[in-house]
Amino acid sequence: MHRIDLFPTHEYQGLKLRPGRPYPFGAMVIGNMVNFSVYSRYATDCTLVLFHNREEQPFVEIPFFKEFRLGNVFSMIVFDLDYENIEYGFRMDGPYQPEEGHRFDKSKILLDPYAKLIVGRDVWGQEPNWDSLYQYRARVVFDDFDWEDDLPLETPVNDLIVYEMHVRNFTCGAASGVKHRGTFAGIIEKIPYLKELGVNCVELMPIHEFDEFENTRISPVDGKRLCNLWGYSNVGFFAPKAAYASTGRFAMQVDEMKNMVKQLHKNGIEVILDVVFNHTAEGNEQGPYISYRGIDNKTYYMLMPDGNYYNFSGCGNTLNCNNPNVRDMIVESLRYWVANYHIDGFRFDLAAILGRDQNGHPMSNPPLLESLAHDPILGKTKLIAEAWDAGGLYQVGSFPSWGRWAEWNGKFRDSMRRFLKSDEGVLPDVKERIIGSPDLYASQGRGIKASVNFITAHDGFTMMDLVSYNVKHNEANGEDNRDGENHNNSWNCGCEGETDDPDINSLRHRQVKNAITMLMVSQGIPMVLSGDEMGNSQRGNNNAYCQDNEIAWLDWNDLDRNADLFRYFKHIIQFRRQHKVLRYDEHLRHQDYLNLGYPDFSWHGVKAWQPETGHNNLTVAFMLNGQYAAVPAVVGSADDFIYVAMNMHWEMHGFELPQLPDGLAWHVFANTGMPSPADICAPGEEPLIESQHEVLVGPRSIMILVGKAPK
Amino acid sequence: MNIETYKVGERLDSFNYQQVQNDILAILEKGSNVLVDMNACNYISSTGLRVLLYSKKVAASKGLKISLSGIGEDVKDVMDVTGFSNFFDYA
Repeated sequence: MHRIDLFPTHEYQGLKLRPGRPYPFGAMVIGNMVNFSVYSRYATDCTLVLFHNREEQPFVEIPFFKEFRLGNVFSMIVFDLDYENIEYGFRMDGPYQPEEGHRFDKSKILLDPYAKLIVGRDVWGQEPNWDSLYQYRARVVFDDFDWEDDLPLETPVNDLIVYEMHVRNFTCGAASGVKHRGTFAGIIEKIPYLKELGVNCVELMPIHEFDEFENTRISPVDGKRLCNLWGYSNVGFFAPKAAYASTGRFAMQVDEMKNMVKQLHKNGIEVILDVVFNHTAEGNEQGPYISYRGIDNKTYYMLMPDGNYYNFSGCGNTLNCNNPNVRDMIVESLRYWVANYHIDGFRFDLAAILGRDQNGHPMSNPPLLESLAHDPILGKTKLIAEAWDAGGLYQVGSFPSWGRWAEWNGKFRDSMRRFLKSDEGVLPDVKERIIGSPDLYASQGRGIKASVNFITAHDGFTMMDLVSYNVKHNEANGEDNRDGENHNNSWNCGCEGETDDPDINSLRHRQVKNAITMLMVSQGIPMVLSGDEMGNSQRGNNNAYCQDNEIAWLDWNDLDRNADLFRYFKHIIQFRRQHKVLRYDEHLRHQDYLNLGYPDFSWHGVKAWQPETGHNNLTVAFMLNGQYAAVPAVVGSADDFIYVAMNMHWEMHGFELPQLPDGLAWHVFANTGMPSPADICAPGEEPLIESQHEVLVGPRSIMILVGKAPK
Repeated sequence: MNIETYKVGERLDSFNYQQVQNDILAILEKGSNVLVDMNACNYISSTGLRVLLYSKKVAASKGLKISLSGIGEDVKDVMDVTGFSNFFDYA
């Protein structure tokens, strides 16, 4: 049976046309036709502009005839295009009245907001033609891919160990040893490394198309070209960054990225995307016309009464997320990445903005967040909020979640950093963080799984820099060290920056091991910053967003230099994966509610069962009862007992051990106070300790014991 | 077993895919396996990759085989990073 509505009805300059399908928006191949559809509430006229690939001048501009419009949608079908050799854009006509919110300019050729494939920045750092009329150019994509039996992995959220990474920084360094440095293909080559490390989820910093040349300039300090390396500045919400694909020069980034996801999934590794729906690359009133500003400014942006842009993002404009049409675009974008790229989850940059109304006021039940929480296609997709914005809205613990959203727990980072450097008065807060922040997440019944714990992330110091610098050193960014966070809660261990002092270096390594231990034995979803496992340093730069060079790129030689760190990370990650009592999804009760002889969780101090309470205490211990891992709510067999003693005091302390049930004895898994390889062992190989009554925990050290039957 | 060789030209993309597709399907229609000779091919696009994979699936549905030969390094590299090379046998 053939459709009867697929014959041309119009002709324009030799091209055959007919009225298009208004939905879905964007461009879609249907047999020998391409359907183009674009929405604009306020435009009066629209023209489809077609180029042959990479040509400066279009070969045709086709007006959307009156009969090609339905409601506020312009749509047309063009027949017999060589669709791999077509780049398309739109010209929009309408009022130019900035004070009313309208900025139409038909001299501009505009990118389709729903473009699935964008070219123009295909090879990283290759200087574009700045005089080109049309810089970021949409192409038509054939959206099939042979996924075989692949689907999003749906790993239980409490089992995740997230690795936050940047596609380019990960393998761009000369020592990475991969064939395609800085690309999706490079990540594929490093899958064996990720598996050895033991992470089961990569969270990719923005991979939507952006322009690395945005705000490019020469550093006044070292003369290097600075660029937009991180990519928190979207050009398109549906297209992968071309220059992150080794095949970007052939416009095959869609297939390459899909293959990366497929190969990661085959190896049990989920993929979370860091998405930036709070602003676009069009900047403020002086910014360029790329797409939204010229397609429908008043719809896409939050505007002040005088027509200027609200700037809750700190980047010049704010996407109008709770406009119904923009909301639809965001939902559609996320569905697209899940359905077409099998993405497992999203981390929403400055997500508090997504809860502001069209005038910028925070809403109690933001429709966008509710839509995402209840969306059928996103039904099992991880949703993680960075629960604050640049406009001062801070929602850690109160982000509207509908039981679906997790949060970057910024308080975990702050408390643990302070404890790590032996601050007084922080212990009560640290204890909340260790047990999954019930002070933040228990009241809404969100459980431990709402808390994404981290000590380091792309924003701020790397873990090695956290223990090597007291203050940031961002001079190379060319902003007189004004940019980047000032309150880092860091401590340099006695000397600012790199040193030959073996005592200081030894202490730094111990502090890094302490930090990763705090992260891995705390309840919640741990997130590791890529490179911390090899002691990566950014030389004190805590905001390397523009450093496309050795400052931000991982130096894979660090793996040899800091082999003890990698070994420690690998074992502690494996330890967490082997012990269910470290990965509860609901909050602990601190009671023996099943009469098993011990509570599910108990606090201790230098005396067993007597946790310290003083303001200046720097010691804490806790015990997890492995028998509770077998209860139906947790599902599974009993686990071992686990005891952790943290001594952030600068002197050694003895910790009295709680007595175990008959037949079990304490074994030592890790002791950060010992030099490698005595600092940690392979999980399951823990040696029995001599004294079952007390252990000595060295200055600024953490010890982990396992209670199990002796061999 | 019947094997017929089909030679791909310098490029395989949306410009010539229809012809290549038709030619390969015609060979399969005759009940013959196909050896795709890629010696001359120095560029393959997304569409080109799809022509090969579609042909392979049609062949499999008929109990026939498609294998590739003479693939240059650049083309092979594109097939590797996009995952398409995993689907084929190589002669």
